[in-house]
Amino acid sequence: MKWINRAALAVAASGMIAAGAQAATLDNIKKEGVLKCGVSQGLPGFSNPDDKGKWTGIDVDFCRAMAAAILGDASKVKYVPLSAKVRFTALQSGEIDVLSRNTTWTFTRDTNLGINFVGVLYYDGQGFMVRKKLGVTSALKLSGAQVCTNTGTTTELNVADYFKSHNMQYKVVAFENSNEVVAAYDAGRCDVYTTDRSGLAAQRTKMKNPDEHMVLPEVISKEPLGPAVRQGDDQFANIARWTLNAMIIAEELGVTSKNADQMKSAKNPEIKRLLGTDGKYGSYIGLDNDWAYRIVKQVGNYAEVYDRNVKPIGLERGVNNLWNKGGILYAPPFR
Amino acid sequence: MSGAVSVTTETPKVAWFRDPRIRSLVFQAVTLLIVLLVGWYLVDNTIDNMRRQNIASGLGFLNDRAGFDIIQSLVPYTSDSSFGQAFVVGLLNTLLVAIIGIFFATLVGFVVGVARLSSNWLIAKMAAAYVETFRNIPLLLQIFFWYHAVLKPLPGPRDSISLLGVVYLNNRGLYLPSPEPFGGFYIVLGLFAAGIAATLWLLRRERKRQEATGERKPVLWTGLGLIFGVPVLAYFVIMLAVGNPLNFDVPALTGFNFTGGVTIIPELFSLVIALSVYTAAFIAENVRSGIQAVSHGQTEAAYALGFRPNLTMRLIIIPQALRVIIPPMTSQYLNLTKNSSLAVAIAYPDLVAVFMGTTLNQTGQAVEVVAITMGVYLLLSLGTAGLMNWYNARVALVER
Ligand SMILES: N[C@@H](CCC(=O)N[C@@H](CS)C(=O)NCC(=O)O)C(=O)O
Repeated sequence: MKWINRAALAVAASGMIAAGAQAATLDNIKKEGVLKCGVSQGLPGFSNPDDKGKWTGIDVDFCRAMAAAILGDASKVKYVPLSAKVRFTALQSGEIDVLSRNTTWTFTRDTNLGINFVGVLYYDGQGFMVRKKLGVTSALKLSGAQVCTNTGTTTELNVADYFKSHNMQYKVVAFENSNEVVAAYDAGRCDVYTTDRSGLAAQRTKMKNPDEHMVLPEVISKEPLGPAVRQGDDQFANIARWTLNAMIIAEELGVTSKNADQMKSAKNPEIKRLLGTDGKYGSYIGLDNDWAYRIVKQVGNYAEVYDRNVKPIGLERGVNNLWNKGGILYAPPFR
Repeated sequence: MSGAVSVTTETPKVAWFRDPRIRSLVFQAVTLLIVLLVGWYLVDNTIDNMRRQNIASGLGFLNDRAGFDIIQSLVPYTSDSSFGQAFVVGLLNTLLVAIIGIFFATLVGFVVGVARLSSNWLIAKMAAAYVETFRNIPLLLQIFFWYHAVLKPLPGPRDSISLLGVVYLNNRGLYLPSPEPFGGFYIVLGLFAAGIAATLWLLRRERKRQEATGERKPVLWTGLGLIFGVPVLAYFVIMLAVGNPLNFDVPALTGFNFTGGVTIIPELFSLVIALSVYTAAFIAENVRSGIQAVSHGQTEAAYALGFRPNLTMRLIIIPQALRVIIPPMTSQYLNLTKNSSLAVAIAYPDLVAVFMGTTLNQTGQAVEVVAITMGVYLLLSLGTAGLMNWYNARVALVER
């Protein structure tokens, strides 16, 4: 029975919390030789296993980048697939080291759950998908609709706020597993499917006739999706935060997985600092000096990761472009 | 050395630590102390560590605004309600599906269990096939199966199947008209209840009279008149005097969906089917073994006295079999209630979905939420077990 598992997990959680010990996460990972990374149960472009169990996606590449930085090998990741509902418990209890699962950074989650977000990997917003034959072109025409979505998400809350503030009636049908959401929507259980717009694009690929559906123009929320770590281990939070920054800075500086070796001897001092040929920046976060070089070399810079994973599901860079290229992606300077 | 021998009349004095009574008391006290200490240590440490990790604790969250909607609620609920109210909604939804499920599981289980012992080969084999199939397929799969089996064939709201223009069926649910009684209708209901009470009293009186004198007057017509005649008469009187005391809110298609009336959502429907079909397979086995436990001599004796097979079953076998059937039945009821927590898989908003799912996730207070949920299931289990034990005591053999 599922809830018994949940209960066991949570009891284990409290047990582990009881056992206490905020042992340095970094030491643990090094000792075990593997990074435990919480991902989704399958969301193309973000974290998705293929039929051989190999994971791909932008969230997955973040896990790989951290493993490259910490363990020197991007493949030393143990992926733990989590439903939206259980993901925070899994992080609190230490079942995973880092949560990289299209998770929205919100005030409550950042402050009240014992976890901290370290940045934004993908700027998103919530949207609505409907069948074209419904003949609706705006979300403001959705009064009376039945809406399918996931439990334990910001989605569930945003949709309540949206319909309430526009004085519209609706019914929400909330599933734990997002494959079930798609199946139910596809079976006609709901008029509308709502989630992050990236999620809509990804899940659409799983539908019987993707062309029969359309995404309405309204974006009803801000969904900054990013990785989170447990509160109270600042060193590990720094590693996670700067793994993300390093990927963005590498793109800014034109350092890619292909040219990383040549770039080591580039003239630009910031490139040298990033790739570890100057200074001893690695030691500030408990790593060696090659940590960021390995991220770029083994996983790639942000643009490479984006183009490899998110482009194929049909999402252009848009706001996720660099700040100096029309987007809002902006990392603090590497110095 | 004195020659005097003192004779003790008391029982020989043993050292206090050899006295079994004291010893067992001491051991129990020590065990209790250890359990309490370990418990205290765990609780204290948990609270301490949660505080250090900045995880919110306490029950204050129950008063906070929930912020999410729930598709089915037996009590008024909106996204402005509190997490505490969401808890109540989830609990009632769990009870609803458990009670309906137990009812149908018992019904189907009895029929199938008796059918398995039928002398008709086909019926017996069909019943056996039922038991073996549904008992051996994982329940979660069955829930998904029924859910999609219910959803697939049903039309969308705009092509709903309509019954007399008041009942509608589509893949959003079964829409029924809901009664909207006015003040006067409660008088009718009151008369109806009074009619039942009066008839029962009449029946008792006549039975007593039969026992005493061997005579008995039929109460059928008087009873029918009291139960139905009087209320119907009152209904029309009220209608003529002040207007129709009972209106119906008939569902109607407005926009995308039907509004008005009451809705039975497909999630409830398919969950009830899945749970009762599954549990009935186990109950059928209990019923079969219970019946088989009654010695065959009873049947033969009944036949010898001229009972027909039907009556033998009803009056001789089943009452004795019940004593064997009831105890394992309790655990099937408990299983059904606990299994209903698989509801979240098909979006039925039961306690686990609403409270241990959404509420836990939105508040992050795993320890409190899980503790409360486990407490509720424990109480439900104890409650069911208590009821069944009481019933069991009533049907149990009274030894004279
Ligand atoms: N960003 C939102 C929603 C995240 C979410 O769970 N989305 C669903 C639908 S796109 C999902 O990831 N499903 C994949 C899965 O459950 O494995 C949040 O953090 O609450």
